Amino acid sequence: MADNVKNTAKDPLFHISKRDDYSTKRSWGVRAIAIVAALIVCAILTTCLTGDNPIKVYATIVSGAFGSARKTWVTFQNLSILLIISLALTPAFKMRFWNIGGEGQVLIGGLAAAACMICLGDRLPAGLYVPNGVVVLLMVISSIVAGAVWALIPAILKAVWNTNETLSTLMMNYIATQLVAYYIIKWEVPKGSGKIGIINQNSNLGWLVQLFGNKYLLSIVVAAILTFAMVIYLNYSKHGYEIAVVGESERTARYVGMKVKKVIIRTMLLSGAMCGIAGLLLVGSINHTLTTTIAGGQGFTAVMVSWLAKFNPITMIFTSLLIVFLERGAGEISTTFGLNQSFADILTGIILFFIIGCEFFIHYKINFRKSAKEEKENDD
Amino acid sequence: MMIDLVAFIPRAVAQGIPLLYGSTGEIITQKSGNLNLGIPGVMYVGAISGVIGSFFYENSAKGDINGFLAIAIPLLCSLLGSLLMGLLYCFLTVTLRANQNVTGLAMTTFGVGFGNFFGGSLIKIANADVPSIALSKTSAYFSKSLPFADSCGWFGKIFLSYGFLAYAAIIIAIVAAIFLNRTRRGLHLRAVGESPETADAAGINVTRYKYVATCVGCMIAGLGGLYYVMDYASGVWSNDAFGDRGWLAIALVIFTIWKPDLGIFASILFGGLYIIYLYIPTGMDHMEYKELYKMIPYIVTMIVLVITSMRNKRENQPPASLGLPYFREER
Repeated sequence: MADNVKNTAKDPLFHISKRDDYSTKRSWGVRAIAIVAALIVCAILTTCLTGDNPIKVYATIVSGAFGSARKTWVTFQNLSILLIISLALTPAFKMRFWNIGGEGQVLIGGLAAAACMICLGDRLPAGLYVPNGVVVLLMVISSIVAGAVWALIPAILKAVWNTNETLSTLMMNYIATQLVAYYIIKWEVPKGSGKIGIINQNSNLGWLVQLFGNKYLLSIVVAAILTFAMVIYLNYSKHGYEIAVVGESERTARYVGMKVKKVIIRTMLLSGAMCGIAGLLLVGSINHTLTTTIAGGQGFTAVMVSWLAKFNPITMIFTSLLIVFLERGAGEISTTFGLNQSFADILTGIILFFIIGCEFFIHYKINFRKSAKEEKENDD
Repeated sequence: MMIDLVAFIPRAVAQGIPLLYGSTGEIITQKSGNLNLGIPGVMYVGAISGVIGSFFYENSAKGDINGFLAIAIPLLCSLLGSLLMGLLYCFLTVTLRANQNVTGLAMTTFGVGFGNFFGGSLIKIANADVPSIALSKTSAYFSKSLPFADSCGWFGKIFLSYGFLAYAAIIIAIVAAIFLNRTRRGLHLRAVGESPETADAAGINVTRYKYVATCVGCMIAGLGGLYYVMDYASGVWSNDAFGDRGWLAIALVIFTIWKPDLGIFASILFGGLYIIYLYIPTGMDHMEYKELYKMIPYIVTMIVLVITSMRNKRENQPPASLGLPYFREER
């Protein structure tokens, strides 16, 4: 790349150029430095607010995430749900389709699962009985279909009229939230409480299986399988290739004869279906109830998880672990020091800013005035 | 179905003003090519910064409150808080060329967390001996309506019964519309959003325009948060009360096809849609329908979004380089 010699009176102190020597080792080094710097800033902030020494703050964070066997299991369970949602959004992002509707797709998946559990349970007329296996099967199918349909609407709008997907998926979130709120009041137990409570507490109808008697394991196993499947789908399948081409250049894709609209719709169906699975797990395996906040903002967090991992499913395991670790750790800080739970969001935000900012130093190089001259000599 | 319009319109306006601030700010930001999804967070920061400023002022003044300071301190704190958020966004996306969607979402996470954290912990941190944050004295100054509002009957109720920030919102929106369409700087700003390469070649400082537009946009949006807590909520901070208004403000930008003057009416309309569920009779045993009526603003936004994209008129499109970072050496 030729140096931009400017015709200004003075040469600028430095100029920025894109790096050609992109190395994985270096980029991970930069990211590690950014995370460490972020943790230092977070510790300083926490110390200022709590008056405790930073080492103890870190100890609290770690004990919040991994302090006991139960805490560790919950951390991994949260990790698996966040990972599934991030994986779900990834093919869409690779296609440059900004699906920030994960939240709504998860909610609708959860709503479909809850609907099966409630309507096929105690509400059936006397004498009718649906076996547990059938209920679970219907839950799985309906959650997947519901999530997929919720993603299909913005996908069709995008494919046909090029409607801005960031905003349409965002609106779908709120429509989903209100739909869930509607059904919660319709199904509330007891009447007037505004809550559904634990569904089928006595019969356990529609509760998903506990693998090896461990109630946390199912989501973790599902997440592991989906991660593996997503690696293969994105890297070794024709669909994955098409997604990459459409993401890089829609015109190229059209030129080589790919049906761009079909790819967009198919990919979003997949994205929504996987979010639906996350909703299914949240309702059927983890909470056994439905609230409007069951997705807990993870649809948005997943956008950042997926992007931080550069859309690589394996890297996503680590980025989602980082986010979940921080959230659980910051939650522990809040309870230990009597602070508000939102402290976690502040810490997460700070760390995200650092990681987002550090990408610059991976992709670009700052050339100072002196070194620019030397570089020119080297080029000659 | 009869709605008492004289009672309904002022409530719709009060709901619409925060949205108007948010959307005016976001329109100016987007005209520079920055899609700032951090507006919900910025509005929270704007609100809580004002609350923090006025909380310390009220506590230190001990009842002896000067009207000018009661307004100036929260106002300046709020502007400063949202300015810092704007600078952060610009530093990450313009200087460091980070992805705008991700930066915006991170800012929303941070900003909402920041607001709720200080809203919930301010009393503990400041060691104050008050049970909750209720800045009623400051709020009285903010929500003071025009003196002759009460004597003008329905006209006074509909047009004159608001605090000064409501009128400021409308003035700012009009000024923004004039600035964008009638001034040279506005033209330059639009050029930066449409095609930064061309603007750069024409000698416009792209980076400076992006910074200034985004920071001013954030400051305007932050005032929406301040209006909400000081005027609408009578100075009482409660966590998450501001809700999803920030996202609705972003939706309004599309709804108004990037025209701040249209935003005045659209935001009041949205404000009305936001509370219309309170006015649709459902009967006592079907309260659940209210939840469905709350969908109306979002469904309307979806429909407008689809219609504008279907009609595909050139002047109704988003700025061409919206969401893309600009790097001169990259071609």
